[in-house]
Amino acid sequence: MNAPLRRIGILVMVLFGLLFANLNWVQAYKADEYRTSEYNTGRVQVAEYRRERGPILVGRDAIVAAVSEETDGRLRFRRTYPEEERWAHVVGYKPVLIGPAGLEQAENDFLAGNADQFFVDRIWDLFGGPSVGGTIQTTLSRPAQQTAYELLRDATDKGAVVALDPRTGAVQAMVSAPSFDPNPLASHDTGAAAAAYAELSEDEDKPLLNRAVSERFPPGSVFKVIDTAAALQAGMGPDTELVGGAEYTPETGGPIGNAPGVVCPGEITLEQSLVVSCNTAFSRLAAEELGAAALQESAAGFGFGDDELTVGRPDGGGIPVATSVTGDLQREDGQDDPPTVAQSAIGQASVAMTPLQGALLAATVANGGVQMQPYLVEQLQDADLRPVYRAEPAELRRPLPAEAAETLRDMMVGVVTGGTGGNAAISGAVVGGKTGTAETGGDGADHGWFVGFAIVDGEPVSAVAVLLENAGSGGSSEAARIAGQVLQAAIGDQGSG
Amino acid sequence: MTVSTPTVPAPPAPAGAVGRGRGHRNPRTAELGLLVLAMLVVAGFAAAVELQLLETLSGTFWVPAAVLAVLFLVAHIALRILAPFADPVLLPAVALLNGVGVAFLRRLDLATSDPTQLSTQEPVFSGDGGRQLIWTLVAVVGAVAVLAVVRDHRSISRYAWTLGLVGLILMILPGLLPASISASEFDESAKLWIRIGPFSIQPGEFAKLALLCFFAYYLVRKREVLSLAGKRLLGLDFPRGRDLGPVVVVWLLSLMVLLLLSDLGMSLLYLGMFVAMLYIATERASWLIIGVLLFSGGTLLAYLLGHAVGGPFANFSQRVDVWLDPFLDPFGSSLQPLQALLGLGTGGLFGTGPGAGSPTEVPEVQNDFIFAGLGEEIGLFGLTAMLVVLLLLVTRGIKAGLAVRDSFGKLLAGGLAFTLGLQIFVILGGVTGLIPLTGLTTPFMSAGGSALMANWVLVALLLRISDAARRPANPPVGAAGGDRP
Repeated sequence: MNAPLRRIGILVMVLFGLLFANLNWVQAYKADEYRTSEYNTGRVQVAEYRRERGPILVGRDAIVAAVSEETDGRLRFRRTYPEEERWAHVVGYKPVLIGPAGLEQAENDFLAGNADQFFVDRIWDLFGGPSVGGTIQTTLSRPAQQTAYELLRDATDKGAVVALDPRTGAVQAMVSAPSFDPNPLASHDTGAAAAAYAELSEDEDKPLLNRAVSERFPPGSVFKVIDTAAALQAGMGPDTELVGGAEYTPETGGPIGNAPGVVCPGEITLEQSLVVSCNTAFSRLAAEELGAAALQESAAGFGFGDDELTVGRPDGGGIPVATSVTGDLQREDGQDDPPTVAQSAIGQASVAMTPLQGALLAATVANGGVQMQPYLVEQLQDADLRPVYRAEPAELRRPLPAEAAETLRDMMVGVVTGGTGGNAAISGAVVGGKTGTAETGGDGADHGWFVGFAIVDGEPVSAVAVLLENAGSGGSSEAARIAGQVLQAAIGDQGSG
Repeated sequence: MTVSTPTVPAPPAPAGAVGRGRGHRNPRTAELGLLVLAMLVVAGFAAAVELQLLETLSGTFWVPAAVLAVLFLVAHIALRILAPFADPVLLPAVALLNGVGVAFLRRLDLATSDPTQLSTQEPVFSGDGGRQLIWTLVAVVGAVAVLAVVRDHRSISRYAWTLGLVGLILMILPGLLPASISASEFDESAKLWIRIGPFSIQPGEFAKLALLCFFAYYLVRKREVLSLAGKRLLGLDFPRGRDLGPVVVVWLLSLMVLLLLSDLGMSLLYLGMFVAMLYIATERASWLIIGVLLFSGGTLLAYLLGHAVGGPFANFSQRVDVWLDPFLDPFGSSLQPLQALLGLGTGGLFGTGPGAGSPTEVPEVQNDFIFAGLGEEIGLFGLTAMLVVLLLLVTRGIKAGLAVRDSFGKLLAGGLAFTLGLQIFVILGGVTGLIPLTGLTTPFMSAGGSALMANWVLVALLLRISDAARRPANPPVGAAGGDRP
């Protein structure tokens, strides 16, 4: 009986071998798939909250915008946002069950300590060592952000402000209105968090939406900066005479007039057209001289159509930015469609851009035609606060030769000194920009825009875009006023250091 | 043939020298060392759990390990007296498994489902872990009692028919009782229990052992007849048609268990146990093939019937479907197996560490799924170690069967060891997704007194047989209680 007994022994070993092989399959080969399964949230959470998530710091004096506080619960650390609404959209939130947003989402791996830099810490983790995630020092300027947040909140229900350094692309302020308090979302009482989230989601004004980067709006007359760039590229100059007048009717289209109060003579220079924001001159210029292709090329040069733009680190990643678009300006037969081109030239038809794109437009002009990659992350520090990453500003594109950029810059300064953007003027800096009033197509009131820049001692120190959604008449001058204040705050912040 | 007489004549001393070379070394000393090691592992596990869950080491973390240590020490001393030559690996291996089981159940008691609350200390004898500790006490006392009463394993065969009858009754009983008494607390369809007031036992665990003893006796008697060759097919000798009777009876019994009790695991275990013993007794591989064919045919039929007519078969079909696709119904029928897989995957190679995982994500993890829960925290390496200990237990049982001199002992040890091995394969394979899930307890680890007691009795029998196997060929008279090597 020993022979079959031995074989039974071998059979048992084979069965155990199968168990062992299968364990390898489940715990090694498939481990990542199982670990990251959408049905594994219960486990991931506990592990995630065991480690102290790193803080997000803002401003020159490293104010804490997001930090983890120890609790005595099973989820050991609770995420808190000490300044509540002020940084809500850009910093984002990291709730227990709800998906994260903003930098909290974009830099999740680093904050949570899961990034490659933390390999040693994770090993240490296995032996019960305390561990914390990485710290993020952002580029944001506290005075600029605070000014933008407060002015925007007081001026409108809905809108956005973006300010950045034209020379580097470092974002100085990013505000969206209405804002919200991220703290209830991060509550460990997941029921309360879900209720808070539901309330915000269902709000008609969409407070969770980051209008600065995630939403596109018709730019209105702001688009004339792009028209002017196209004209300069086509060999025209500030003094080139255009045909203006009270009305322009493109071939096969309806008439286009000027905004109330705009005085636009029949003969008007390119510069003057920009300064007074003459619709008829630009519509005719685009439809009859420049053509759709030149317009689209100029827009693309400033970043329209870039569907890969993100704002995080200069070398990639971060918060995705909605693609600004010009739409189709051609008919089905491939020929220009004059009414659409004429409308697009004044930022209507299907043209739509994000407030960030508006700020980039102004920044590029101010920075001698060089567009820098916008970024939010200045420095990453590991658990021991050693810098493991420092932002290296990166050139994104170069849509204008320096000379043309300088010409355009001077023309935009004229808009503030002697045109529609007078409200943006501040002392101690040369401010240039362009206003915009965009019809929204529906019943909604017009959007008010201002994009501009400030130059101190010949250096472009800040560029800004302000959007007041459905602000109605007077919106663009209010936007210009806010833009001036934000620029002032950004300059003050730079000067103090 | 007299039952109590070994069917194999006692071999001459040199040939059967199982105890050769060990004469000068007391196996019990090695056993003691291994026991201490096992209890240190259990205490270490308990400490790690408390540091993780309570963030402090309570003054009582060592108490369960110490209670177990005392208990196993008593068992060890009993072995010195009752079975001095018994295999020194069996007791420490079981002690480790049982101890880790108790410590892990206690860890589950400490876990809270409320994320805003930190765990609080529990009294040592409360919760599943405390109950398991008490059950271990009862089970070890029971095992020592078995060793004390059964001084020679061959004496069991005298009660073979009684055991067979008792086993049959225990096996069928829950199926005949109303569901209010017999239905499982967690799975309405499976009828495995007898509940009277606060007490509940799983008679199947004991039926398994009783029937095993009967099979061993019956097959030793019938082995010559059963091994007569009938037709020869594909190079294998198949038994004569009329000799198929017993195997068909057992097959029908196991199918009845499947239908009446909705217990695929036990059904598979009974059939596997019988077929393996039949094979060991007759040395005819054809029995294995017949057994495998009967079982596969039966399960395939049950699967198809489950889809076609539902009823008592539906449960099984559903489990096969969930096995084929664990994501089938993530919050319904596949919740438990899916969460077990996700837990194992989350644990990965090293595990999250004792107390650091979320094993309670698997509903009822303290029962069938304890191995998966443990695997999340001790990882592939830890589980592999547990698997090695389990395999050691089984192979040591088979080794006892190989070494013992009488046929009944061989068959009993082989049957016990294989049944243990098969049960481990079926349940661990089930919770790790290797085979469809069938409800069986993880030996020595799952919460529950019946299974623990039955398995300790099983180990007692293996210890008894290994003692006989390793006893020097010409022992001094009265060596059973002797202290001379």
